[in-house]
Order: sequence, then C-alpha cells, then structure tokens
Amino acid sequence: MSDTTAHEEPELIQLLTPEGELAGHPDYPLDISAEEIRALYRDLVLVRRVDSEAVSLQRQGELGLWASLLGQEAAQIGSGRALGERDMAFPSYREHGVAWCRGIAPKELLGMFRGVTNGGWDPHEHGFHLYTIVIGSQALHATGYAMGVQRDGAVGEDGTAVISYFGDGATSQGDTNEAFNFAAVNNAPVVFFCQNNQWAISESTERQSRVPIYRRAAGFGFPGVRVDGNDVLACLAVTRAALDNAREGNGPTLVEAFTYRMGAHTTNDDPSRYRASAELDEWKAKDPILRVRRYLENNGLADEAFFASVDTEAEAIGEQVRSECRGLVDPEPLDIFHEVYAEPNVQIDRQRSEFAEYLASFEGAGAEGGR
Amino acid sequence: MGTNLTIGKAINAGLRASMEHDPKVLVMGEDVGKLGGVFRVTDGLYKDFGADRVIDTPLAESGIVGTAIGMAMRGYRPVVEIQFDGFFFPAANQTFTQLAKMRRRSAGKLSMPVVMRIPYGGGIGAVEHHSESPEAYFTHTAGLRVVTVANPEDAYWMIQQAVRSDDPVIFLEPKRRYYEKAEVDTAAPIEEATPMGAARVARHGTDVTLLAYGPMVKTALQAAEADTDHSIEVVDLRSLSPVDYPTIVESVKRTGRLVVAHEAPLSGGPGGEIAARVTEECFYHLESPVIRVAAFDTPYPQSRLEEHYLPDLDRVLDGVDRAFAY
Ligand SMILES: Cc1ncc(C[n+]2csc(CCOP(=O)(O)OP(=O)(O)O)c2C)c(N)n1
Repeated sequence: MSDTTAHEEPELIQLLTPEGELAGHPDYPLDISAEEIRALYRDLVLVRRVDSEAVSLQRQGELGLWASLLGQEAAQIGSGRALGERDMAFPSYREHGVAWCRGIAPKELLGMFRGVTNGGWDPHEHGFHLYTIVIGSQALHATGYAMGVQRDGAVGEDGTAVISYFGDGATSQGDTNEAFNFAAVNNAPVVFFCQNNQWAISESTERQSRVPIYRRAAGFGFPGVRVDGNDVLACLAVTRAALDNAREGNGPTLVEAFTYRMGAHTTNDDPSRYRASAELDEWKAKDPILRVRRYLENNGLADEAFFASVDTEAEAIGEQVRSECRGLVDPEPLDIFHEVYAEPNVQIDRQRSEFAEYLASFEGAGAEGGR
Repeated sequence: MGTNLTIGKAINAGLRASMEHDPKVLVMGEDVGKLGGVFRVTDGLYKDFGADRVIDTPLAESGIVGTAIGMAMRGYRPVVEIQFDGFFFPAANQTFTQLAKMRRRSAGKLSMPVVMRIPYGGGIGAVEHHSESPEAYFTHTAGLRVVTVANPEDAYWMIQQAVRSDDPVIFLEPKRRYYEKAEVDTAAPIEEATPMGAARVARHGTDVTLLAYGPMVKTALQAAEADTDHSIEVVDLRSLSPVDYPTIVESVKRTGRLVVAHEAPLSGGPGGEIAARVTEECFYHLESPVIRVAAFDTPYPQSRLEEHYLPDLDRVLDGVDRAFAY
C-alpha cells in the first residue's frame, strides 16, 4: 500500500500564515508592494460580497441556482491576478473570482444562473472561456488551445499561457487525465489549477484519489505543486511561476490549491448530511481574507479609513448586484432558435416560423394561454 | 393495502426490495451513499446495506459504467445512477460499444444485468445539461432496453423488473415528476405487476389516441381532461425499446387518430419512428396523419425559455386540433 493518502497534508507552499505573518518561500520569492496587497484585499472582499449577495438572491427566488465560492477567494484571486492580458483561462462553474479578475461583470454570471443566458460573453474579449458544467471537459479545451498557442509561435518571454480550473472531483474524469497526458507529451503551455476544496458534492477527496492530487502530475511527466489555497500571496506567486514556466516553453504544471468550500456545493445542496461542523470551524480559522487584513493591520500598511472604504465599496457592489439581477430581462421565446448554426438552416427556420405562427394564434385570444 | 409514495420514494422502495431479494444487487454512482443521491432516490440504502453494496464512486461516468460491466461479468447486478441526463455522455462509449453489445459478441455467454438510472427531462429551472431528453440515443442502440415511468406504481415495480432483467436497462426517471404521489400496493407479488415492456392505456377515449411517456403522461392526461370537444384516449408507452406496438395499434384502430407527444427534440425522436410504424400498420384506419408534438431541434435553452421549449398543455391540445383538421 502507498505510504501517502490523499488526506495527509504534505508541505504546502505558504507565504502568509493564518496569523497574518509573512512566511516567505525560497522557491517562490514574491516582490510585492503594500499597495498591491491592499488591492488583493479589496478583490477578496468584493468577490466575497458578490458571492454572498448571489446566494441571497437565489434564496429570494431571483436565481435558479448559485455555486458559492465562499472560502476559495484566495485561490481564485491569487491565480486570477497572476494571469497576463494575453493569457486564456478555462473555468468550470465556480470561478467567479477569476471571472472578476478577467473583467467579466457579475451580471453576466448572474444571467447564467438566473437562466436568462447560457453564458454568452465573448471568451476572446476577456481571455476567459465560458463556464463549463460537464466536469473535466475544459481541461482538454485548455490543452488544445495551448497546442494552438505553440503552433502560433506565441511561446517565449512575451508568450501566452493557458490555465484550466477544476475541482478535486474532476481529477477522476478521463478527460482530465487525458488532458494531463496530451499536455505532457506536447509540452503544451498550460497550467492545470485544481482547487481542492475537499469535497465533490458529498464525496471527500479520499473518494477521488489515493494520493495527494499534486503528485499525480509526476506520473504524467510534469511538475505538481501544492499551495495553501487560502493564501492569496502564495497562490499568486506559485501560479505566476507556473504560467511563466509554461509561456517560456517548459510545459505544463499542476497546481493544487489546498482550500475549503465553506458553503454548500450549490444552493441546492445540504452539507449537513455528509460533513461535520467541526471541520468548517477548523477552516474558518484559516479564512483567506482575515489573514491579509491581519497582515496589513499588524504592519501598519492600511488604516481604518482604508478598510472602511473597501466596506463601503462592497456595500455598493452588493446593491449593484441586486439591482442588476432584478433588471435582467427574460429572452424572447423565438430566441430558442438563435445561434444554433452558423449557416442558414431550413429545418430551424421552418420550426421558428411555425412556432411564431403558433404564438401569434394566442394574440387577442384574451386569457393567458389561450383556452 | 397501499402505501402513499412519490415516484422518487417508490424507486427508493423498489431498490430496497431488490437489494433485499438478491444479495448480488449493488447500487453505485456519484453521491449515492451518505447523501442518498442529489434527488435522494438512494436515501437510507447506504446506512442499511453498507459501503460494499452502495458505492460512492469517483466522479467519472465512463468509470462507473465500465466497472459496472466488469461487476456484471463477475455475477453482480449493478444499478448505476447517472446524476443527470447531460452527464451520461462521458459514459457513451462504454454504454454503446460495450454494455449494449456484450451479449451478442459473446454469442450469449455473457449477460449484462446492469441498470442505468438517469433522471431526465426538463421543467425544473436548472442550468444547462441538467434537463435533456437523450432517449433517442439509447433507443437507436440495439442491445439496450429503454424504459421510463410516469407514476409511483410503475416506479416501484418497474425498477424491480429492470433489476431482475438479464439485459442492460436504461431506466429514465422523469425528474420534474419525482414528487407526484399515489397509492402503491407494495405487498402485491411482483409477478402480478404489468410487465415493463407493455404499454398501458391510462385513460380510455374514442376519438383520438394521445401517446406519451415519462414526464409527458401527466400533461397528456390533463389535455384529455381539458378537451371537452373530443374523447381522448391516453396511452402511456412505458417502454421505449422495445415498443409495444400491438397495444398502440389496437388503440389507433379504434380511434382512427394518433398524436405522439414527447420532450425530446422532434427530428430523430421516438415520435417519428412510432409515426412511421403506425402508418404502416394502420394505414386504412387512419383518419389523419400521425401528429407529433415535441421539443424543437435546438439545444435545450436557458431555463427562462424552457416553458416555451417543452410541449405544454396548449401545444398538446394544438396537436390534437391539428389531427382533427383533416
Ligand atoms: C460529467 C459530470 N458528472 C456529474 C456532474 C454533477 N456534478 C456537478 S458538480 C459535481 C462535483 C464536482 O466536484 P469537484 O470537481 O471537486 O468541484 P467543486 O464543485 O468541488 O468545485 C458533480 C458530481 C457534472 N456536472 N458533470
């Protein structure tokens, strides 16, 4: 039997302790100003606010569903802020913090969870692909995109790197493992960013993997590293190094951000059925926002006025999220037929006109629904 | 003596009865253990039968179906849960190239008593890939049996019949009807239950046959109720492969008209096949062409449009009107 199991905690790359002290790491030196750290703090607070507002909107029936990122803010902001303008991200469905870093307005995300769109933003404009619901699919897309980057000769110091996000559960999928292999044999400029939030709905990481996830990479022939996923500085430094490595032509890296999903899997889920509350308490002590705040406070790098201004901004964003969500208009029935094909399609055209005629038959019929 | 059960609870009770009846029956899938499945259909089984018989699998559909095939070769009868319709696709290869063809390839030496339970269909306001009706992919594949249920009685008995079948059964569960409730006589002997291959006349009528299955049966019954101009006979298909043509043909010969309603897209859907066969067998009895009421040939839309995409009461009644317009 193997000497390590998935739940064992091997060394984590950590730059900032839960107590808010800079730890530093010889392999991942981070040259960062106080101003940049304050900016990260602001990101963390604001995405948490967007997220909590969305959870309440779902409770009020304004959203069909929401997948909360609570607890995973540092993994997402750290890695998201490591991305360069030309880089391309391939998210799953919980990457609201990365979306934030890529300039996707919260209302775009809300539209999808409200059922008004299926995503709809321009992936190329933002360097951020559409959310992917079918687990693991996007790891292959990222790898293929990275193979395209190679063929374009866009590798080198100013090159493009690609990042794919997925959870610990996704590492069980064939697609994810095939992506690892394609990336390795092609030396593709892609970073696999696994947010191990300990749970795949009700199944713990041990139901997905017998070894720590970052170690899987070795079997495919590329490096894997485990980072403290609640440490925004470590996530930034490690992802930046992995992206630079990829962009310079040295191939893929698997980054396992060791973190915790503090809320339910989605607003449909009831975690009390499968996990103990003590676990949650343990992770609360490692809160990704609190430690940055402690660091800034302890070192006199931010005053009360700064924290108050971020809170004010969070209030405003919360308000904006609420009003924008309620303002999202439903699509027209005939939108069902739009954008199915690039070329004209007689079959769709016929169904659209038949349906238009059918809808028109109710007009003037008075009572809703006709009969 | 009946027990009042929802469709979801009836499947749960049927699974429990199957596991008690045969120690070789296993349940496996994502979140089927402690959580009892995202729809709670396997609720309590883990507690009572243990982790060896209720297996929380890794998150890998190809793995789930592929290992179920291996377990079946070893004499087990796995019942796998695919969490949602749209997540069956990663297992398509194992299902179509292996599960469906194993008996034929082995010249009958290997049986595949595997049940794939799939919550399917729309109407629950979900995000994409959670509302699809992929039945035509299955019915196009020889070697699979494909069934679906529309009421708690069928849910309770058909899941047990599916488990006892030596053929692979795709067991489609209409998720928006999970909470429909009715009395089920759980004490009756299984031999007395309607065979899972048979269609059932759910409501008698004389003017037109309205054929539906799974989630659309309720809508069809509502349509029959609402239409006071015509006497509508509702047939619940129950088995999509094989199709019980004798029951359908007999009904159509009496009524002279057939309307088929389903949530799957129109083109290549089960309705087209049934229309063709009924036309062949009832040509001289038909007073009008067979009418199909179905979803459109588009991807399942965002949830705010699904009420327009799914055939509803009005669209079914419109289909009936079209049958009488000839
Ligand atoms: C192919 C596929 N199977 C099943 C599901 C249903 N599902 C949605 S999320 C989820 C768990 C995912 O866990 P993980 O990969 O760890 O990501 P997390 O949600 O924890 O971020 C499951 C089983 C799906 N979306 N896609």
